[in-house]
Amino acid sequence: MGMFNIFDITGSGMSAQSVRLNTTASNLANAETVSSSTGETYRARHPMFSTALDEAMGGDGSKLGGVRVDGIVESQAPLQRKYAPDHPKADDNGYIYMPNVNPVEEMANMMSASRSYQTQVEVANTAKQLMMKTLTLGK
Amino acid sequence: MPLDFNNLFGIHEQALKVHAKRGETIASNLANADTPGYKARDIDFRAALQNAQAGSPGAMEATQAGHIQSNSPEDPNLMYRTAVQPSVDGNTVDGQVEKQKYMESAMRYQASLSFIDGQLKQLLAAIRGQ
Repeated sequence: MGMFNIFDITGSGMSAQSVRLNTTASNLANAETVSSSTGETYRARHPMFSTALDEAMGGDGSKLGGVRVDGIVESQAPLQRKYAPDHPKADDNGYIYMPNVNPVEEMANMMSASRSYQTQVEVANTAKQLMMKTLTLGK
Repeated sequence: MPLDFNNLFGIHEQALKVHAKRGETIASNLANADTPGYKARDIDFRAALQNAQAGSPGAMEATQAGHIQSNSPEDPNLMYRTAVQPSVDGNTVDGQVEKQKYMESAMRYQASLSFIDGQLKQLLAAIRGQ
């Protein structure tokens, strides 16, 4: 009850955003990982968010929710094929396969995730200050 | 006038509860700013406070999980916000609007707190008689 729910909600938001930051980091780190077949090539990963209602949030029927990460999905965008016969990983036809990571998209994703995380921290901080003030009433 | 301890803090006691609930609702909006299909919600403060003040006369007690809840300050009617710029994924949370509302709610909470604080200090002064 009361303001303690705010910490659950912001906590779930922060962990969801950090999952998003993690996948972004993984995508950017693997942006140049080449391979010799489509099967082994790294594909961009993105988390799927949904609202976690009730039961996860104390279950007092308050109809409010935090965020839940439903899973991490691999992007279905086509892989980039590059003709590089001199590359040690080139296949029989001289092609190498590059991940379908779009660095610009990932950077935008990273900024959005970090802003959202900051917002969560500020909300939790404000709630904490309000609680502290309530605790020191009359002093 | 005799001192009524049940109503020492006046409206602020209820106002605090409603503000706390509103802060929670807006925190939930902000947490779901990136969730596809999430609709931003808020509390009608005036209605919620009136409900809280009236003490919901004639409200029915919910004794089982399936019962419809009455509008107590802990469980007011949530309304959906009219989106200024809804996004393609169906999300209607506007970060700027929500942050501003959260700040407003926090300030009003603090205002109510300082009224209560003043009342307590007055009472203490009267008890000590100094």
